[in-house]
Amino acid sequence: MSRFTFGGDEHIFVEVDEAMSLEAFFASLAMTNAVRSASIDGVTEICPANASFQIKFDPDRIHPHALMDRLKSLEEDAEKSESKLDTRIIEVPVLYQDPWTHKTLMRFRERHQDPDGTDLEYAARINGYETVEAFIDAHSGAPWLVSMVGFVSGLPFLYQMVDRSRQIQVPKYLRPRTDTPKQTVGYGGSFSCIYSVRGAGGYQMFGITPMTIYDPRQEVPYLQDFMVFFRPGDIVKWRSIERAEYDRIIEDMQVGRFEPRMRDVVFSLDDFNADLDGTNAGLMEALHAD
Amino acid sequence: MPIDVISAGIMTTIQDLGRPGYYHLGIPMGGAMDRFALRTANLLVGNDEGAAGLEAAFLGPELEFTEDAIIAVCGAELPPRIDGEQQPTWTALGVGKGQVLSFDFLKLGARAYIAVSGGISTPPALGSRSTYPIGSLGGVDGRAVQPGDFLPLGQAGGTAKPGMSIPGELRRLPGSSAELRVLPGLYWHRITEGAQQGFFDDTWMVANEADRMGYRFKGGRQLEFVPREQPYSAGSNPSNITDACYPYGSIQVPNGAEPIVLHRDAVSGGGYFMLGTVVSADMDLIGQLQPNTPTRFVKVEMDAALAARMNRASMLDRIREATA
Repeated sequence: MSRFTFGGDEHIFVEVDEAMSLEAFFASLAMTNAVRSASIDGVTEICPANASFQIKFDPDRIHPHALMDRLKSLEEDAEKSESKLDTRIIEVPVLYQDPWTHKTLMRFRERHQDPDGTDLEYAARINGYETVEAFIDAHSGAPWLVSMVGFVSGLPFLYQMVDRSRQIQVPKYLRPRTDTPKQTVGYGGSFSCIYSVRGAGGYQMFGITPMTIYDPRQEVPYLQDFMVFFRPGDIVKWRSIERAEYDRIIEDMQVGRFEPRMRDVVFSLDDFNADLDGTNAGLMEALHAD
Repeated sequence: MPIDVISAGIMTTIQDLGRPGYYHLGIPMGGAMDRFALRTANLLVGNDEGAAGLEAAFLGPELEFTEDAIIAVCGAELPPRIDGEQQPTWTALGVGKGQVLSFDFLKLGARAYIAVSGGISTPPALGSRSTYPIGSLGGVDGRAVQPGDFLPLGQAGGTAKPGMSIPGELRRLPGSSAELRVLPGLYWHRITEGAQQGFFDDTWMVANEADRMGYRFKGGRQLEFVPREQPYSAGSNPSNITDACYPYGSIQVPNGAEPIVLHRDAVSGGGYFMLGTVVSADMDLIGQLQPNTPTRFVKVEMDAALAARMNRASMLDRIREATA
């Protein structure tokens, strides 16, 4: 049973589970879909998150208690809905151990758990990997699900589609940095993220992607429909690249020639739970088909 | 262009009533922190209530007008001068072509709203001209106003009369201390009964980190958490939760010290527990609090929150009548 609570007189907050899991994410997504389909007068925004969601409403149009009752009544239907997702898989190129996040992590070393190493060396060590390379293989191996978009401008949170024993866990910085390069691939708790804009941040920094994911001017061809690239439910596969390819993609980005590799896929949580590696292999096949 | 920015103060931004609808993607609604003041200023100059004006934090800008206009300054007591001559706030003022609008030092409050007849007509982004610098949206090229900017104006269509003034009893002025009404909720159960009591008993001071994203408070007691084994993915600090959405006005307390109330440019989510939410009727007031203002949080129920909201709405109705 989810926990329903008010966020003042304009929000209802629903915690599906205290802990993150793919089940909790799908339950939250099913609920937000049910609320959207119900088109309740007075509901103004629906914000899905990792294992919870939030509804913003206008109390001049619907009484908070009436909306609360209505949302609770939707939960049973949502629970019956199939945990299936029509979505897309996207390949995101990453230059791990890049010079820009390296420079930044050195600047803020006194805020880190391991002042003598790098973020990647620390993350690899505490997760039991012999080498940074082996750790990068794990991070870029199995795909990731975008479980939330937010914090700031189109920033995706991603959760790796592996069982809990294979999940990477890394604490955030001891004190947040005041700077993070744009498009840094970060890590905090059990979530990866891509910093959509330059700014403050507390996640560990693993690398950087040359792929623009937020473009308020909408000059990037694949962001002309909307300035934010990611949406909850997207599936991401990181691809480790070298500096030469990074530079090439940056050049392509600048002249509007870069198109991310992506394919439409259907993801079923039941199939995934029955055969995790097989499902992920199928996703990879779909990504590379044509 | 009609307005030539000579100096820009500390943080002067173009704001309207914001861009709701994109919070699920991390783009906050933004818009005037004190919406009552912006609406009132717009009504005085004959604009739609939601027209874009300037929000000047702590220090006023200096603006040269290259065409005739009517202006009004509401919100913080930041006395305007036209060509050096002192003018009243909360009043429609005629400014002639070539005249310069400047400001005295701030006397009360934190943010003044400058409305100009026709409204500022910079290009909107996602349906709003509000400045959101983190996401480079709205404002002047996605940023705050700078010296050397030229601000375009829309077509003035109203019936503003210079000299029209808002009666004293309808002006909302912040006092020397503040009370913010709070509906407990969200992760309220995470702190002990003693901490729940202490949060409302203590007097807090507005910290220096007080901006459009949020207001930090200090000086109260450290909050004690109910012991628990942290849920998977929540992080090891007892103030951590699995990253979730943050309501506007929600009060997060990282590490159990120094509460932060999120405001119009809120981050849309994160991994800190929240103990409740400031009621919608008191959000405007936060935008008028200066650092070091003693502040009490007052516990209310939903009925009181809705009554306060209605009270605010009826006050705005009286402003509409007074300016009609």
